[in-house]
Amino acid sequence: MTPQKLRHIRLDLELISDLIAENSTVLDLGCGAGDLLYKLLKEKNVQGHGVEIFDQYIYASVNKGVPVVHADLDEGLDDYPDKSFDYVILSRTLQVVRKPHQILKEMLRVGKIGIVSLPNFGFWKVRSQLFFKGKMPVTKILPYQWYDTPNIHLVTIKDFKIFCKKENIKIKKQTYLVKERKGKWLANLFPNLS
Amino acid sequence: MTDSSGSVGVVKTKFFTFAEPPDEMELESGERLGPITVAYETYGQLNEKGNNAILIVHALSGDAHVAGYHLDNDKKHGWWDFMIGSGRPFDTDQYFVVCSNVLGGCKGTTGSTSIDPQTGNPYNLNFPVVTIGDMVKVQKHLIDHLGIKKLLTVVGGSMGGMQVLEWAIEYPDMVASAIPIATACRLSAQGIAFDEVGRQAIYADANWKNGEYLNNGAIPAQGLAVARMFAHITYLSEDSMHNKFGRKLREKERYGYDFSTDFEVESYLHHQGESFIKRFDANTYLYITKAIDYFDLYRDYGSLENAFKKIIAKFLVISFSSDWLFPTAQSKEIVKALKVNRKHVTFCEIPSSYGHDAFLLRNDDMENMIGSFVSHVYQEME
Repeated sequence: MTPQKLRHIRLDLELISDLIAENSTVLDLGCGAGDLLYKLLKEKNVQGHGVEIFDQYIYASVNKGVPVVHADLDEGLDDYPDKSFDYVILSRTLQVVRKPHQILKEMLRVGKIGIVSLPNFGFWKVRSQLFFKGKMPVTKILPYQWYDTPNIHLVTIKDFKIFCKKENIKIKKQTYLVKERKGKWLANLFPNLS
Repeated sequence: MTDSSGSVGVVKTKFFTFAEPPDEMELESGERLGPITVAYETYGQLNEKGNNAILIVHALSGDAHVAGYHLDNDKKHGWWDFMIGSGRPFDTDQYFVVCSNVLGGCKGTTGSTSIDPQTGNPYNLNFPVVTIGDMVKVQKHLIDHLGIKKLLTVVGGSMGGMQVLEWAIEYPDMVASAIPIATACRLSAQGIAFDEVGRQAIYADANWKNGEYLNNGAIPAQGLAVARMFAHITYLSEDSMHNKFGRKLREKERYGYDFSTDFEVESYLHHQGESFIKRFDANTYLYITKAIDYFDLYRDYGSLENAFKKIIAKFLVISFSSDWLFPTAQSKEIVKALKVNRKHVTFCEIPSSYGHDAFLLRNDDMENMIGSFVSHVYQEME
């Protein structure tokens, strides 16, 4: 099973890439087909690997020369020592894990800096579908029907901020990504969680 | 299923002898052995830099003949033929591929069936017990002899995977990448138990005669066949046996109500046993299973973390979802030790219903993954 993701390098990956220092170490949780790491390996000479649960994504990553480890994030990151990476990235993965709470805690244990990007369920276009149509929203970034979605923990930016405050996670920087002209782009970036 | 295009064609097994007395090779047990002859095959050409060599290491009953045919009209090709050749994952247009029979084997490399120069008779049980480490040490001599400075990849499944780990740990400077498949850092108690049942089947055969059967007429065929039949079950999965045989009866409509062969699966196992005794040797089975049982990186290095500390090789670790002899959890132990040491590692559990034997069968995902992994490592070396 491979959940459909957008094919081209997603805009949030470009933004995340800009945040990564050269020659640093990176762990990409839910790395998909390895696009971000491929970019980082080429352009930033980083060291590190991805973690992915779907075998087809692993084959795609290996095909690009991106190292990736087959694992279920919900089983935790026990294998990794404290602060073993400069960055731990969770790009549009938080909403698919069973225990987002645990993953966030773990990524901040394993990494010096955590970077999270998530599709905002509170974006007005998403909200309006629920409000006006009375139906679970379906958009390009959230393309699934309610019954086949891998997104089991949809979250709004506001929810996420409240959560971080409660957990004493300091948000160092945040970016909203809205490409209104095409009307489809929406992502939010919370780098430098600590 | 075999696609003949890209085949390496007709190949010959070659031989290399070293450790002539008084320069015998010292074994892990402390005993000395020599001379040692290694049977090996090569495909493709070693390049000028000497950095395009791939070493394939075989499992329990494998041999040096990994690809191609020995005779023009040979129906049977090497044991991993689909992996090696022009346009195949180990592309012989680019790489120089080497495979040798392990120390203690019965396919041309010195083992218990070889003549002991001191007595003029086969070693039989006078052959020293050898280890995975000893096998790798012998391969190292061969690789040096072939003028290979650094191996692009060492790859193998099952016992072959153990040799891959040993290579990467013992000769870190010589291994650019390592592909251990369906293997473990040490065999489980269950695995040792299976091996012991196989050995007991051989001991119990009256023809075994404490291993002195080679010049005494009959060989312990029944014992070896039982060992193989039993082991073969551990190489399959319940699903694959169900899919292949189910409860189908063999050439009959109803039960025989006697002890002749009723079920297809029985007949299949008999065939496995019979074909094995034609190509393998009982004492060799004892020696090789012992080597597998002894392999234990925890014991040798105190911890796995410690074992992998000095490796340089990039790793591609592969397991198969239905393998219960070398289950995925054992591959994950290897992966964890590599991660803790911050080594370059890729790991994938490939979905398959074929059990432990899956690594010997065609599988597009495995072939593509191995092919692209090796080609990336090669490009980065250039």
